[in-house]
Amino acid sequence: MKANKDQQLTGLLGWVDERFPLMTWWNDHMGQYYAPKNFNIWYYFGVFSLVVFAIQILTGIWLVMNYKPDGELAFASVEYIMRDVEWGWLIRYMHSTGASAFFIVIYLHMFRGILYGSYKKPRELIWILGMLLYLSLMAEAFMGYLLPWGQMSFWGAQVIISLFGAVPVIGDTLTEWIRGDYVVSDITLNRFFSLHVIALPFAIAGLVFLHIIALHEVGSNNPDGVEIKKHKDANGRPLDGIPFHPYYSVKDFSGIVVFLMFFAAVVFFAPEMGGYFLEANNFIPANPMQTPLHIAPVWYFTPYYSILRANTINFFWIDAKLWGVIFMGLGVMAFFLMPWLDRSPVKSIRYRGALYKTVLAIFVVAFLTLGYLGLLPPTEGRTLVAQICTVIYFAFFVLMPIYTKLDKTKPVPDRVTT
Amino acid sequence: MRTLLLAIVFCCVALQASAESGHGGPKLLNANVDLGNTESLQRGARLFVNYCVSCHSAKYMRYGRVAADLGIPEDVMKANLMFATDKIGDTMNIAMKPADAEGWFGVTPPDLSVVARSRGADWLFSFLNGFYVDDTKASGVNNLYFPSTAMPHVLWEMQGINRAVFETETQHGVEVPVFQRFETERPGTMTDIEYKRATRDLVNFLVYVGEPAKMVRYALGVKVIAFLFVLWIVAYALKREYWKDVH
Repeated sequence: MKANKDQQLTGLLGWVDERFPLMTWWNDHMGQYYAPKNFNIWYYFGVFSLVVFAIQILTGIWLVMNYKPDGELAFASVEYIMRDVEWGWLIRYMHSTGASAFFIVIYLHMFRGILYGSYKKPRELIWILGMLLYLSLMAEAFMGYLLPWGQMSFWGAQVIISLFGAVPVIGDTLTEWIRGDYVVSDITLNRFFSLHVIALPFAIAGLVFLHIIALHEVGSNNPDGVEIKKHKDANGRPLDGIPFHPYYSVKDFSGIVVFLMFFAAVVFFAPEMGGYFLEANNFIPANPMQTPLHIAPVWYFTPYYSILRANTINFFWIDAKLWGVIFMGLGVMAFFLMPWLDRSPVKSIRYRGALYKTVLAIFVVAFLTLGYLGLLPPTEGRTLVAQICTVIYFAFFVLMPIYTKLDKTKPVPDRVTT
Repeated sequence: MRTLLLAIVFCCVALQASAESGHGGPKLLNANVDLGNTESLQRGARLFVNYCVSCHSAKYMRYGRVAADLGIPEDVMKANLMFATDKIGDTMNIAMKPADAEGWFGVTPPDLSVVARSRGADWLFSFLNGFYVDDTKASGVNNLYFPSTAMPHVLWEMQGINRAVFETETQHGVEVPVFQRFETERPGTMTDIEYKRATRDLVNFLVYVGEPAKMVRYALGVKVIAFLFVLWIVAYALKREYWKDVH
């Protein structure tokens, strides 16, 4: 789609536009990208994750200017940033808070997709690209957490990497290959640094690009789950759509400012967030000779950590630890299949029946419970609760084709309602 | 949606309650420190260099930064709070070699730069108030909050010497000694209230050393959030204006 004559650019931009699809790109993705007019609060979290990504990249660039990826110097260089570098403490707290904020907005963004059926046809590929982003983000966060080189950095990495040792036959070789050493060491720190600051940010940036291109190809879903492209005016514009710019650019801007207020509140008043964002034990330098009494991953991994620990039974000649790893992996991967597991004729929660709503509520409670239990040392009672929640977690996916089919849906309106 | 939220809140509360039980060890004292109290920080700094820096370093903290943040003139700092060989830009290092220290105490005394962040202010305050006489230990003292600590009671002249009174109780069929109270065996140069104030000052200083940025971060945070709030009013007005024609 070439720009209209009346929108012809002049001057420098005109010169560029004759040699580059500037106006076309602007129109395709901003000025003439028609988004449904009924977005609600849930639709902010996509743009929030872009904002957090930008914060992480920018603060990351400045952190790397003073950070030393060296087993002898890493811990001290972080304290150097916190004390001697101008505004270093602010840059570091923005980055550490950004890591947790990233997962908060991503989890809410994913939950939005589930609430309104945004993963369903024709948006399966957007969902898959989003899940790949989620996986990349997990890897990015995991490797970044090693860099401060505190006790939790070290032992968290040690525990998670050793999980790969559960793989039959090649397990030990695999863990050595990942660490580059027999234990987590300076070598591991160096390669994690490389992946954290170069490889994974590139992967994430590329996937974000694809995620948005795929979204703009099929168009955005909305809280009613109706396709706005079904009803267009004489000019081919969706009747329920409004141009992204200026409508959503100004709306998103005001939302971003609110988000930044919450973000600043944490950065300035509670950067440790009671030990959930920055753990007390991570202010002790990494010590391979001394295992902390209680090792827990950061909060955003704890639902899966709980699933891992909930597997305590050896069966089918397979070790409980390997079952744990398998179920933890399947737990993350299960989301990929949602577009095909969900057989409901409607997308949005607004037009689904009581059955689906109940099932989803139970799943959310189970997921949060698993997350909470993952922070605590296991006891007999807690393990039992985690096992029940793990069963609920997987039942949500395995039984989805059945309960979404049985669910009594309501009639979906032709046009968006609000 | 509302039911969902209620169910989630209920579960969290129930889990929290179940987690509260089963926490071992005596309850920590409340340090109740105040970073806004510069005099307390200055007194704490003096105690720190007089009693702690012979064995413990604070190797990420510079003398000059302490002087600047606590309003101590450089010459006063040099004369009273630094060894003659230290320069104002130096970090708070110690002459004792880690290997020697391990020979003398069995462990290397840890660096105290970020101890307030790993242990917490309340723990430090409790620890400094938790020493009692115990002849079975090499140093002659034990600690209620850090049993069998290798650290001798460095502040004993100030606090005096305490004796701990334990009573045997049966818990789950096992007889365990349970701490009741401290009794003064030999009074020190300070009263109990004075010693509590001194250790509070010291912990206050350690909290500052743990994160010097804490002195500015709250005040800056208020300004940043105030700015964002004003920006939001403008942004929201803009949004309202643009969205007038959307039905």
